[in-house]
Formats: sequence, structure tokens, C-alpha cells
Amino acid sequence: MPNIDLAKTSVRELNAALHRLTPTTNETFWTVTNPGGEHSIAVGVDADVTINIEGNAGYFCGGMNKNATIVVEGSAGQGVGENMMSGLIHVKGDASQSAGATGRGGRLIVEGNASARCGISMKGIDIVVKGDIGHLSAFMGQNGRLVVFGEAGEALGDSLYEARLYVRGPVASLGADCVEKEMREEHKAELIELLKSCGEAFKIDVSEFKRYGSARKLYNFNIDNAGAY
Amino acid sequence: MCGIAGLFIKQRSLEPQLGELLTKMTSTLCGRGPDSAGFAIYGAGERSKTKLTIAGPSASYDIGAAAERLKRDVAPKATVSVRYSHAVITLDDADLPKVEAWLGANLPEVNIVSAGRRLEIFKEVGYPDDVAKNFGIAEMSGTHGITHTRMATESAVTTDGAHPFSTGTDQCLVHNGSLSNHASLRRTLRRDGIKIKTENDSEVAAGYLTRQMRDGQSLGEALKSGLNDLDGFFTFVVGTESGFGVIRDPIACKPAVMAETGDYVAFASEYKSLTGLPGIASAKVWEPKPATPYFWERD
Repeated sequence: MPNIDLAKTSVRELNAALHRLTPTTNETFWTVTNPGGEHSIAVGVDADVTINIEGNAGYFCGGMNKNATIVVEGSAGQGVGENMMSGLIHVKGDASQSAGATGRGGRLIVEGNASARCGISMKGIDIVVKGDIGHLSAFMGQNGRLVVFGEAGEALGDSLYEARLYVRGPVASLGADCVEKEMREEHKAELIELLKSCGEAFKIDVSEFKRYGSARKLYNFNIDNAGAY
Repeated sequence: MCGIAGLFIKQRSLEPQLGELLTKMTSTLCGRGPDSAGFAIYGAGERSKTKLTIAGPSASYDIGAAAERLKRDVAPKATVSVRYSHAVITLDDADLPKVEAWLGANLPEVNIVSAGRRLEIFKEVGYPDDVAKNFGIAEMSGTHGITHTRMATESAVTTDGAHPFSTGTDQCLVHNGSLSNHASLRRTLRRDGIKIKTENDSEVAAGYLTRQMRDGQSLGEALKSGLNDLDGFFTFVVGTESGFGVIRDPIACKPAVMAETGDYVAFASEYKSLTGLPGIASAKVWEPKPATPYFWERD
């Protein structure tokens, strides 16, 4: 059970140690103390281990994560879990801008709020935010699911591709080509599965959520607009 | 990039630590702006006195000699206090126009960094930790202060291109971002009688707020009108004699995080800068929303 104190050890040394882990490692539970908002904590990990960060993390925490479970006991700065491939990142506090940006897989859970551009360009990640999300969230989201228990800021899902968005609270405004869609049984079942994965199943009535997705009108060039060019 | 930090103290017993806390906060922002740094401190003030902070074109200029010459020739009752490359001259309000005219005529190379009852600004080219140390910021006390570490984009790395900028009595501004309509707005503001000295875009934002407040707007209203009139991206932190305000552009691409306790309100570009503040573990911490003015006034 390695314990890395970032008041004494650099983030570079921590990450180098995490990068050296092999698939058969016995060091499967790591504790990081005194993170103090340092950037790039536990970036690029590719091992089935748990990393518990006991405090607040700075930018890009858990970026590019593969397989690892990363728990941030406090809040996370910009770009938490950006481009993560698999595994789980669990933020107990709030997340700053661009949480889960470009994420290709795995799960990001935020107990508090996430600010602007949450899930921007998401490509397969599942993001669950138990509070609110800021403006321009899921911008150009291509794949994956974004679940929000609270409210969404302006221009939700602008230029959305195939990411699926479930929001329980009010949405300040929808971005270009993002529309509300019917919540069918298959979507309720999907949502229940997502809530199960973050310990919230059957605590919330899934029919309180609305589903948003792409109207698919920006996919192809519309010949009627040729005159504008 | 650039880094910003600001601290507005509510609990008076914390005032002697203002400089020390601001120095610590700024130190965490060196990487965001390694080329210059500046500190605006709202300290003690006297009725009918103005504190004039002056600086030469660079740190090697003998500002002490310049200040003594000014005192001898035009303001014999003034007191002079030199901090590294800057001098603070405390003079009667009535003498201010005379002193400004004298400086323009006799020492045109000397820049008036700020003027106000309580505001003093110290800014210089160099690594922020060194700049803070050279000015002895950690020993200063006050009610509120804002600081900046600069990574220059829109104008040269010089003393007068460093932040904070002051374009009105007891007013100052720091900026993270860049403005694209600063050239035309500078011309308009100059026509409206606002003194803008540099080619820096952020000074134009300071001048804009000065004009809006001169024309009757409150700090909060001036910040709000800036959303329509300033084209570009920005996170601003501004100070007035009694207030402290924050605004971000509608896209909010520049980072900002705030913390509030019963003792203070703090602003920083990154959470890291707040970690040294007393009681931060139990503070309310949030990100200011885009296009929303935040401001606090002292009683």
C-alpha cells in the first residue's frame, strides 16, 4: 500500500512510479496525500489499481486513465479524466471546466458540480454529475452518456453527434442541433444501469430525467444553403 | 496564460497578514506568468492626502533621487517612502495637479503607477517570487489587494506593461486574456478624457471601467456593461477604495476559482493558490459563472 506524500515527492516521481506498474503488481492500493491542487496527478496510468487522492487536485487529474480507479477526495481542476480510455474516476467534490473532455471510455463520477464544457467532445465515456453542469457541456459529443442530476448551463450539446444526454433539472438553453427526445423504455433501462454503476439506482425516479440528443441536421451539407457560400 | 490572485479581507485581525498571504498566493502562479509581476495593496490612508506611486522606466532607475527632487522642488511637505524601484509620495490632495504637471515637465521618464487615498501599486519585470521579495510585499498590511503574474501577449515586457493597471483614483485592474478591440476603444476613451499611457490591452479595460464609474455607474454596473463593450476574452479582478470585483467573459475560457469564509473572499487562477489561506479546508469554494459580475464592498 504505497503512500505518496506530495508535500515531499514530486508529481513527476509519483507518475513515474505509477507508470512502472505491471499487470501483476501487488501494489494495488495507492494513497496520495497533500495533493494541494497540483496538476497532472496520476496521469497516464495503465494498471488495474486504486489511487486515492486525499485532497484537491489541479488540472488534468487522471488524464488518459486506463483501467485504474482514481478517487479524488476533494475537488478536481480543469480537465479531470480528459481523454480517459477506461477505468473509473470518482470526484467527491466539484470538477472544474472540461471534465471528461474527449474521453473515450470508462466512467467519471462527480459528486458535486462540474463547470463549463463538461464532456466536451466526449467519445464513449460515461459521465455522471450529481450536481449541476456549466455552459457548452457535451459540445460536439460523439459517443457515450452524460447524466446530470441537477441543472445544465447554456448551449447544452451544441453541434452534438451521437452522445446521449440525460438531465433531470432545467436546461438553460440547447445548443445548435441539440433537441429533447422521447424517453422510451430502453432509455429508462439504460439510465437505471448508469445509476446502478454509481450507487444511485432506485433512489431517483428515472422518469424525472429528460433525454437530449442530436437532431442530426448538421451531419450533411444542406444544398439549400449553397447560396450562402 | 497569466496568473491572477486577489484577497479581500473581512476580518480586521487578518489585515496585517495581507501582504504575506498575497505573496504566498502569487508564488504558486509563477509558472503561469514568469516575465513580470505586480501587486496592488489597499493600505492605510489619510483624509485629504493622496498616495502617488511612481516608477522609472526600469528597475535600475534611481527613483529615490527622483522622488527627493520632486519633494524639494514642488511638494516640500510630502513624505517619501521608497520600495525597490518604486516610490510612494504622500501629499496633500490639493498639490496633486501641481505635482503631476511638474513630473510631466521635469521627469517625463517617470511613470505615475497609481494615485489614491489608499492604493499603492508595485510592479516590475522579473520572476514573480523575486519581484515580491524585492518590494517586500510580505511585510505590507491592508484591507484588500490584487496581484498578477504576466506572460506577455499584447505588448512588450516592461515595467509599465506589467499589471495591475490604474487609470483612476484608487482603482486598479488585473487581466487574464486578451482584447481585440483595444485600439479603437483606447482612442474613444482618450477622447473622453481618460488617461491611457501604454499600448497594453488590459490598460484599456481599466480605463473603460474608470470612465463608466466616472459617468455614474457602480462597480457592478460597470463590469456588466463591459460585457457588451469589450471584445475578447477576459477574467478581470478589479479593486476600488472600498470594493473588490470579478468578471469573466461569456465563454469563460480563462480559469477562475474563488473561496469565501467569514474572514475573507479570495480569488485565484488556480485552486493551488488558495491552499495556503487560513481555513481554506472549510471555505466555500466555487468557480465564478461566465458573464456574471461579482463584487464585495467594505462598510
